[in-house]
Amino acid sequence: MLPQFPWLTLVIWLPIIGGLAVIANGDENGEQTKRIALGVAAATFVASLPLWLLFEPGTAAMQFVERADWIPAIKVQYYLGIDGISMPLILLTTFVTIFVIIAGWEVVTYRPSYYMGAFLIMEGIMVGVFSALDAILFYFFWEAMLIPMFIIIGVWGGPNRVYATIKFFLYTFFGSVFMLVALIYMFFQADSFSIPDFHALQLGMTAQVLIFLAFLIAFAVKVPMFPVHTWLPDAHVEAPTGGSVILAAIMLKIGGYGFLRFSLPITPDASASLDGLIIALSLIAVVYIGFVALAQDDMKKLIAYSSIAHMGFVTLGFFVVFSIVRHTGSAEGAAMGISGGMVQMISHGFISGALFLCVGVLYDRMHTRRMADYGGVINTMPWFGAFVVFFAMANAGLPGTSGFVGEFMVILATFRADFWYALLAATTLILAAAFTLWMVKRVVFGPVGNDQVAALKDLDRRETLNLGALAVATLAIGIWPKPLVDVMEPSIQNLVQHVQVSKLPDSGAVRVEAAPPAADGVQDLAQISTGAD
Amino acid sequence: MNFQAIDLFTILPELVVLVTASVVLLADLYLPDERKDINQLISFGGLLAAIATVGIVGLAWGPTPAYAFGDAFVRDPMSDLLKGAVLVVTLLAFAYSARYMRERNMWVGEFHVLVLFALLGILIMISANDFLVLYLGLELLALCLYALVAFNRDSSTGAEAAMKYFVLGALGSGMLLYGISMIYGATGALGFAEVAQAVATEGMENRILVFGLVFMIIGIAFKFGAVPFHMWIPDVYQGAPAPVALFLSSAPKVAAFAMAVRILVDGLPGLASEWSEILVILSVLSLAIGNVVAIAQVNIKRMLGYSTISHVGFIFLGLLAATPGGYAAAMFYAVVYALMSAGAFGVLVMISHQGFEAENLDDLKGLGERDPWLAAMMALVMFSMAGVPPLVGFMAKLLVLEAIIDIGLVWLAIVAVAFSIVGAFYYLRVIKMIYFDKPELDAPVDATRDARIAVSVNGLSMLVLGMFPAALLSLCEAAFGG
Repeated sequence: MLPQFPWLTLVIWLPIIGGLAVIANGDENGEQTKRIALGVAAATFVASLPLWLLFEPGTAAMQFVERADWIPAIKVQYYLGIDGISMPLILLTTFVTIFVIIAGWEVVTYRPSYYMGAFLIMEGIMVGVFSALDAILFYFFWEAMLIPMFIIIGVWGGPNRVYATIKFFLYTFFGSVFMLVALIYMFFQADSFSIPDFHALQLGMTAQVLIFLAFLIAFAVKVPMFPVHTWLPDAHVEAPTGGSVILAAIMLKIGGYGFLRFSLPITPDASASLDGLIIALSLIAVVYIGFVALAQDDMKKLIAYSSIAHMGFVTLGFFVVFSIVRHTGSAEGAAMGISGGMVQMISHGFISGALFLCVGVLYDRMHTRRMADYGGVINTMPWFGAFVVFFAMANAGLPGTSGFVGEFMVILATFRADFWYALLAATTLILAAAFTLWMVKRVVFGPVGNDQVAALKDLDRRETLNLGALAVATLAIGIWPKPLVDVMEPSIQNLVQHVQVSKLPDSGAVRVEAAPPAADGVQDLAQISTGAD
Repeated sequence: MNFQAIDLFTILPELVVLVTASVVLLADLYLPDERKDINQLISFGGLLAAIATVGIVGLAWGPTPAYAFGDAFVRDPMSDLLKGAVLVVTLLAFAYSARYMRERNMWVGEFHVLVLFALLGILIMISANDFLVLYLGLELLALCLYALVAFNRDSSTGAEAAMKYFVLGALGSGMLLYGISMIYGATGALGFAEVAQAVATEGMENRILVFGLVFMIIGIAFKFGAVPFHMWIPDVYQGAPAPVALFLSSAPKVAAFAMAVRILVDGLPGLASEWSEILVILSVLSLAIGNVVAIAQVNIKRMLGYSTISHVGFIFLGLLAATPGGYAAAMFYAVVYALMSAGAFGVLVMISHQGFEAENLDDLKGLGERDPWLAAMMALVMFSMAGVPPLVGFMAKLLVLEAIIDIGLVWLAIVAVAFSIVGAFYYLRVIKMIYFDKPELDAPVDATRDARIAVSVNGLSMLVLGMFPAALLSLCEAAFGG
């Protein structure tokens, strides 16, 4: 076979090198710099399209694989590849970055070349995270991502940016270093840093639990899950619009992706016995954070909390698998939870990105994010009002939008596991509707709030383009999610199969099925004593 | 001891440095004040020649160790790499220092002479194959450094720092010498190979050996500045002129690493289980105290001092693994640390200009506005020190962690990463000053061309080595037969 064209390498390094070029081009020639930045972003998106068009949907195997020695002394490889789980996320990344660049076109006046360059570099790094199949390469990209984001929030952020950005950095750094220790530990078990080798690794229960917890800290901070979510509202509120969009649309997904790529397949037994913890934290995120969102007066904070609630759905969908197997005795429908979580991630990428762009539009005009300062915006900005209402509805999970598909699938899957889980999860339909619609009511509808609102100008061409494109994407997935679900299906089925096979050294068999949860927990504990190490 | 002509070839790098130092010493007598730059040129030439000879000697002998002067001196892959590293760092130090020293009337030949003799001491330490030769190299280094710390005659803090350094350094050397005498008493040998052999037959049974070991480790810890023998570091860094602190914080750490390897790995491998346990304690304390106390520092030189202490903790982590992989990791870390430290102090030296002295963290405020390139280089160095990829500091930490997890000390790895989170905070604070704060001075940093080249090489090396660490790592592995 001919050596395949290295598409992944291209999609990773094109924006990074392009970003450096943009920075090097400087700000003297502002307009030209911005054009280059947009060109790089667009070229990257085009370069990422083959990943989808040439993708073979029928297989769970890794595709577009590139493998070369990187640090032979410790067996670290430059090992890239994607499957149905990572491919949509890469496209989401390259797609959203274009709008981040466009959104910053006129608004960013302080050193726009650095701003755009940083976003392009981050784009490449994020694609690297999604496509790395070597654990150290993954970690390399995972951590490298912090540097541009740290700078973006710190330089272009709001008044309290320094606190927010240092909190963001330290939280994430704290989360990930323990993952590094776990990765190195597994290297000595598997004698390789390749993630597929980790998947095949037999591990004792104690080791699995510890590794699972190390991953949990890393990914829970990133997602973020309750109770380590507190960095997110700060970071979102202080970040510039583009930073918020990238944070919400892509960075949070990296945590969810980590659960699917690392936690579930590497430590299935620990995941099975600790799934209650994750489900509980997810439900707290859905319900409690939903109420917290109701109490916000700052629009960005509200959307930030709404993101946490929605990401709770994602983790719920991922970890409800074991519960389904225990209750129904079969894995049927388990894949739906994970698919739903994935669809929710993609959809949330569009919707939350769009909502942050909407807030950005208002903020650029009035320099306030407090809802009390607005009112009746639709009177002066009819187009904008229409978009806000649309995305708010999508955020609340209106059928026909992508927000509905993911939530519906997750709730459906959760019903198979436990009625009460599903009931609690379904409260989001009420809560999300409440907080988003209340925001819409206070900001968009009603009489014109004050003179400043009366003087607002409607969307310009760029803003319309941004919001319009995201609206189309939201609708497309909402009306016809099949292509997306089909692409993911084999990989997710494979994952569901994989997590059902115990990795404890003694038992190669399928984990005990159809036992009531409590008894199963006891059995798992019993396995610890017999099966550990 | 029979002398062979080939011995002179083996010590060629040392000879080149010695000749350069002597030439500068003589030339300086005849140079008028305004032409002292010629000293710099001679030193550059000498250092470049020395780097070339390290390469030539290395290629000529290949991977097998070459002994000279009756086994008193050894050249092996480890010595080649470490010598290359200290020579490069010294070259950078000279490039950074010129304007700073000139503006403060310290641009005299003695500066070059002392640094070059210190360098000679380092080279001898790196290649010592005998306790006495090691000690001679160490003392040559130490005496030059005492003088360099007090180089600014009119500065009382400088004199105070030199005094502290001298007293504590002498104490450390004394401990080391006392340890050597015990080892000599127990084994009747001074060469590392003979001592290793004698230890292998006697081992733990001989209590004097263990006592000697403890004293020697104290000596090593003093020179490294590991907790609890770290007291001198912050004071000396703060009191010494910035270019001296630059040199002091980088090259001698490589020398200390070489000393540790020569004594512990070459000389006392039979006592590995003992010294490994002692190093566990030293490294945990260094990581903890270094990182936590650094947060409280306002003076950036002191902060970098405590940061040194924490990095020493990491180097010890690699050593205590007592595996070839661990030594290679520690060596990688030591070399990288020397580069990072040179870069950080180098930027401080560059912005200390026109009577302004960069002392406090606040002095870095707004550097991103004043000089974006310099700021970017400083940011690279700081992120590297914090251990964030894609910079080389991450690779160094990764290798060390891997080495200790390999021997089953997962808890130690967790302690190390936990404290590196603490460490990340104060490095981030520096970056925050650089990029997020408004400048207090508006004047651009008009650095000299030499210094600019040096800082660019230094900063970009963080990135390049971080992304392509394989070459340097394979050299480190080769040094320990990997």
